[in-house]
Amino acid sequence: MFRPNKGGGASVWLSAGEATLLRTLVVPVMELLNDPARPTPAPAPEPPESADLFDDLEKMFNETTAAAPEAPADPVLARLLPDAYQDDPESAGEFRKYTESSLREAKKYFAQTLLETLPAEGGRVKLTADQARDWLRALNDVRLMFGVRLEVTEDFEEQLATLDPKDPRVAAFEVYGWLGAVQESLVRAIAL
Amino acid sequence: MSVAPAEVDLPRSADEVTPDKPWLTIVWNDPVNLMSYVTYVFEHVFGYPKPKAEKLMLDVHHKGRAVVASGTREAMERNVEVLHGYGLWATVRQDT
Repeated sequence: MFRPNKGGGASVWLSAGEATLLRTLVVPVMELLNDPARPTPAPAPEPPESADLFDDLEKMFNETTAAAPEAPADPVLARLLPDAYQDDPESAGEFRKYTESSLREAKKYFAQTLLETLPAEGGRVKLTADQARDWLRALNDVRLMFGVRLEVTEDFEEQLATLDPKDPRVAAFEVYGWLGAVQESLVRAIAL
Repeated sequence: MSVAPAEVDLPRSADEVTPDKPWLTIVWNDPVNLMSYVTYVFEHVFGYPKPKAEKLMLDVHHKGRAVVASGTREAMERNVEVLHGYGLWATVRQDT
């Protein structure tokens, strides 16, 4: 489990199996955030100085009349990218229109930090304070994915205890518990 | 001859703007997020001292939700965007 570094950040020793497991769990979160049905628009190039005023106005007009996106249909994605307004679909849609793609990019960046700092064969992971914060968020997104798929409650250990030992969800609940322990140790290692 | 009405009934609607009321950032309880993590996020994002961050976390946990900040609509929307980055379930609304 994670321990604080001298001078900030945190370190952990992971077995090859644990490193592989983490990679296997983070990749689908990134893929989900890349949902091809809702592509993230490429950044628009800076308009040249001589851009036609009417082109600009037309663009503005088109932008403001585009339908505001709704919450994602996938329940995991809907939890990762939740509505910012309750009972106000118009405001929620407007907020989503202007923030969803950057939130997706931010979450993919956190996941990417985790993948890049994870040794393929396991071993010591030494994180700076910034990398540790990215790991916290990436681990949390993986745990949210499990939470939705397994319909986890606050008493997940009780849920686990009631499952038949042959139930395929047992392994998933155990992984979920392990992820929580890893995240907890990282919070404690870098807490203010 | 007609007489102007003494009082004019202004139209009212449910979503009438009340500019004097502040906007709120609300965090909702979630079975996945760790209590230690939620406390850490409140300390880190809002710069709250640990006792205040812990109290807010416990309010979320026990009451199902808590107001964690108030101010302009723009500032509350920025909060919510940051909190969504941390995976907290946060919303904005105007105080009633």
